[in-house]
Amino acid sequence: MGLLSKKDSKLILDPLADNNPITIQVLGICSALAITAELKASIVMGLSVMAVLAIGNVVISLMRNIIPSKIRIIVQLVVVAALVIIVDLVLKAYSYQLSKTLSVFVGLIITNCIIMGRFEAFALANGPWRSFLDGIGNAAGYALILVIVGFFRELLGSGTLLGFKVLGDPIEKTGLYALGYENNGFMLLSPMALIVVGIIIWVQRSRNKALIEDH
Amino acid sequence: MEYLELFLKSIFIDNMVFATFLGMCSFLAVSKKVSTAVGLGAAVIFVMLITVPLNWLLDHYLLQPGALSWLGEGYADYDLSFLSFIMFIATIATMVQLVEIVVEKFSPSLYNSLGIFLPLIAVNCAILGGSLFMQSREIPTLGLATVYGIGSGIGWFLAILSIAAIREKIRYSNVPAPLRGLGITFIITGLMAIGFMSFGGMLTGGDEKPKEEQKTAMQIEESNTATPSGIESSDKNAKEKVLANNLKVNE
Repeated sequence: MGLLSKKDSKLILDPLADNNPITIQVLGICSALAITAELKASIVMGLSVMAVLAIGNVVISLMRNIIPSKIRIIVQLVVVAALVIIVDLVLKAYSYQLSKTLSVFVGLIITNCIIMGRFEAFALANGPWRSFLDGIGNAAGYALILVIVGFFRELLGSGTLLGFKVLGDPIEKTGLYALGYENNGFMLLSPMALIVVGIIIWVQRSRNKALIEDH
Repeated sequence: MEYLELFLKSIFIDNMVFATFLGMCSFLAVSKKVSTAVGLGAAVIFVMLITVPLNWLLDHYLLQPGALSWLGEGYADYDLSFLSFIMFIATIATMVQLVEIVVEKFSPSLYNSLGIFLPLIAVNCAILGGSLFMQSREIPTLGLATVYGIGSGIGWFLAILSIAAIREKIRYSNVPAPLRGLGITFIITGLMAIGFMSFGGMLTGGDEKPKEEQKTAMQIEESNTATPSGIESSDKNAKEKVLANNLKVNE
């Protein structure tokens, strides 16, 4: 990366794998699981979090020297809430159906621990540009897991991807369905999201033994 | 009866953790020991008991379309509902701080046991989620909102208590190394969530409901896709199954 120094690009790349916010830092799980039954919703959620986290990180980083530390939580919450309201209104204006699917989970970006966690851990101690990169990187790591979970749940659960019938038509029995394949409706139910994330963690930690926990 | 039904429903059927995945972050982070889990769970019940009714009042007298009509005729068509996120979270954050101060003043021993958990609660999704669901499910009265708050809090408490108990015991089992810690906790939570789904039919047996009510239940479900089970899916079978399940949940 010519544009970014080595240290800066590390800020973006680290959270994608070895310091992933969901699987390693255990942040932002609530919303990650609830909306991943469809790939499209996962992508939109990932992008919304990215917008909120990157902008919020910059704002908090700019204000870091004037926020009294005793009331910083309220200040952070107000900044996030204002950004989330903007995201919510944009979603309602341009993609109403999707904002219905996401329902309260857009609002819950406010309490998404990933945002408060990055504010506390990074933006309060670093300059705006580095905070911006950190925001983009962490949100991308979050979005990556969401997209993986959404991909498998939509593919196995309803046989579609982004609404396209990639496996054939289950009613007219074309494609894979002609061979007797059935959709696994269970994948659409919410508990499966947890189990899919559990499997992702399993795969990731088998590949990188350094991440294994004692207990 | 209405109260009891909502109470049981919010504990078991719409369990914050297992049905809607709220408060997962602290659920996973603070469930290593039963004693800390009990402390956090109690604090969540307490804060939900206060914030849900408070936000209900805010919603009904300030934020809903036409809610300002008590100020006079001219205010009747104001709609401030876009402000609800910021109002709810500000209420929660200030209430948490207030509760912390009051508890510290009047009951230092309780403060010592809850103390460190209280600030954590302001960013617990379950608290804000309780208020947002209260809004989107259109809970009609203040009493019901209070019951909903307590019920959801108790549901969360039960969930974190049981996972903490399981995690204390699982230390002695031979879990594959890469799954240890977080991975196995995710999978156990998933299995527990499947178990909790069986409560879905609990309140539907026996009493026949008039058709109109069922219709409204369905409308509410459609307007609020709270149970995130992918209603949009194109697979008709799965859609019907999921819808039927959601209907049961709603009733």
